[in-house]
Amino acid sequence: MIKKRQNLRILPCLLLVACAEEAPPPMDEAQLAYQKQLQEQLIRAQPGEVITVPAGVHPINRGLSLNVSGVTLRGEGMDKSVLSFKGQLQGAEGLLVNASDFTIEDLAIEDTAGDGLKINEGKNIIIRRVRTEWTNGPDEKNGAYGIYPVQVENLLLEESVAIGASDAGLYVGQSQNVVVRYNRAERNVAGIEIENTFSADVYGNVATENTGGILVFNMPDLPQPGHSTRVFQNEVTTNNTDNFGAAGTPVASIPAGSGIVINSNDRVEIFDNDIAYNHTANIIISSYFATGYQGTREMAADYDPYPETIYVYGNRFSGGGSSPDGLDLKALKVAMFGVSGSFPDVLWDGYANPDNLDAAGNLAADHAICIDNGDAEVLNVDLPNGSDNIVVGAAQHRCQHDKLPAVVLAAPLH
Amino acid sequence: MRSIRYLPLLLVLGACEQTQRDVELFPADQPPALLSEWGVLAARDDQLVLQKDVIPYELNTPLFSDYALKLRTVWMPDGAAASYRAEQEFDFPVGTIISKTFHYRKAADWRAANASVVHASQDDAETGVPPLNLDDQMLLETRLLVRYAEGWQAFPYVWNAEQTDATLEIAGDFRQLTLQKDDASLQVNYVVPDVNQCSGCHTPDHSAGDLRPLGPRAWQLNREYSWWQDADSQLTHWAATGLLQDMAVPPETAPDSLQDRARAYLDANCAHCHNPAGAADTSALNLNIDAPLDRKFGICKTPVAVGRGSGDLTYDIYPGKPVESIMVFRMQHTDPAIAMPELGRGLVHAEGVALVSEWIATLAGEC
Repeated sequence: MIKKRQNLRILPCLLLVACAEEAPPPMDEAQLAYQKQLQEQLIRAQPGEVITVPAGVHPINRGLSLNVSGVTLRGEGMDKSVLSFKGQLQGAEGLLVNASDFTIEDLAIEDTAGDGLKINEGKNIIIRRVRTEWTNGPDEKNGAYGIYPVQVENLLLEESVAIGASDAGLYVGQSQNVVVRYNRAERNVAGIEIENTFSADVYGNVATENTGGILVFNMPDLPQPGHSTRVFQNEVTTNNTDNFGAAGTPVASIPAGSGIVINSNDRVEIFDNDIAYNHTANIIISSYFATGYQGTREMAADYDPYPETIYVYGNRFSGGGSSPDGLDLKALKVAMFGVSGSFPDVLWDGYANPDNLDAAGNLAADHAICIDNGDAEVLNVDLPNGSDNIVVGAAQHRCQHDKLPAVVLAAPLH
Repeated sequence: MRSIRYLPLLLVLGACEQTQRDVELFPADQPPALLSEWGVLAARDDQLVLQKDVIPYELNTPLFSDYALKLRTVWMPDGAAASYRAEQEFDFPVGTIISKTFHYRKAADWRAANASVVHASQDDAETGVPPLNLDDQMLLETRLLVRYAEGWQAFPYVWNAEQTDATLEIAGDFRQLTLQKDDASLQVNYVVPDVNQCSGCHTPDHSAGDLRPLGPRAWQLNREYSWWQDADSQLTHWAATGLLQDMAVPPETAPDSLQDRARAYLDANCAHCHNPAGAADTSALNLNIDAPLDRKFGICKTPVAVGRGSGDLTYDIYPGKPVESIMVFRMQHTDPAIAMPELGRGLVHAEGVALVSEWIATLAGEC
């Protein structure tokens, strides 16, 4: 028996350990040899070195990592060179990179236990034609993030594919000077997520069949707040997959059927996108209060929970808001728009910083949520007042902001 | 001065006639293939012995490593000393070699077909005083941290089946173990870290990126150790024998209260990443032993990039409610997507879970 002072909850865990490890995945000598060879190459790498991953499916059962700057890891194609982590025994990610001047291209990372590719702190990062995928499709047991650069500066993430992540497929966190373009994110909880990041351009991507297509978020307590993100010329369609993320994660609050979601972020520009058939709403603009994580304790003094200076224009909307996720939203939709009706294209939770209101009680011009997008309307669900005064509006949001400058990647990433 | 510390060693070795060889320093880019070549440790006559001027030490609150025992040693070049620092690990001189040997007490039927059968140890101080008796103990790996002018380097060595020497394995290794703990038998894939994983923990300042020892800090070393054959603190002996210079008044004693013990445990097991400059500063969780007990310590803190590590829970530490605390949830799991710490354990540390749970249960307040 287990010692007396342990609590009973430990018991199932121990059993679970035994079960999980009853059948370690078979790895033959050659497979083990390749894993060892690749990790040794990563350890011994010198700046300027190119490490190649040959075509083929390479089983890997422990986390790989790179700590040397100036290295390129290159496969023969994201459908040819596959690092398969099915049954991974160890490592919170498939490949962890703690280095700068790093390029990874033309390979796939499949079925990791945790995150697929994590890059933690670094400058001048190129991720190109990399696929991260959980091959069983959406499943709450999948790893959290597909491609996960965090605290990086000068990042080009392009032509990559992320499928099946139980949090975000492509996630850029706490970073600056970022271009995310021509990628495809499908069947993740969040397709593409930009969090606590400033100066990011997200364009030419396809986000489809996720729970939420493209997210621009700000979370409290982190080293840097995010702002200044442009989301344009993307195709954000049919993101209606049931939310399969673990409760407690920031994305768990995303209703299925969300196209583009801004949460607590400022200076976000959404334009020239095709946004269609996202059943809750094509665009959602919300505050930290709408996530339900606030609790009773005081928020960090330096955290701004309100989405402000938002500019939505020139997008092509169709078919959103017809079947929102969640009983409250469903009931609201039927009550206001009828069984066959739909929410407007933009949903706003209604939270506005009381310090930034004008005499009429609307957000002052500098901070306004501007929806200048043809006849697109805004549903203010008035969460601050318990949804007592839900209104559909357009006129008070018909405004413009100065446009954000394009992100210019610094040398050597032109 | 330095010769004082040879005395207990000679007493312990007793009748052993073997002479001790000198430690040899190798260049950082030319580590020897065999551990024995360093001349820090040697396996002979069914014993693991320390070589000349190699000093063993113990910590108050060791890192949990799958119930392994650990023999820790330090060696410094003749005449060189570490400088005392109150907050950080001591500043060791160039040429210092720190070793940590992971071993288990053998079970009766320890050479089973597929996995070695060994006993779980509740307290790695059970290692006791070297030499280690290899009839009783199975050696798994010895990790070296060597201080060069450019900084520390890590070298993981894996012991051979004959237990005669250990081989450098920069890509790490796996070992199948059956661990007998109380009445249970636990299967564990014991992981020897690769060189990069060494720095996964030993780089407490992730931006700076330099390796550092984690254990040899004042509050960790301030305890008696029977190797010295008296009740004085190791720090006193280190200072008296010239291993340590500029010692200030050391911190009071070993962590004692429940909260002190829990915080010491969290520091030793988590704070190498979860500190304001650590690899996990991305999470904004700071578990340093001197960090304020506020949201950034996890109190009512919502997670950032936790994935299914959240366990469907909202707060890292929910005061009074260990079962609703993400911290406890992650400690209770071994799935790599959930488990914390991420490196260094394949089993649940039940006693650590109990300690942290007990402490969280005493915290007051709502989230």
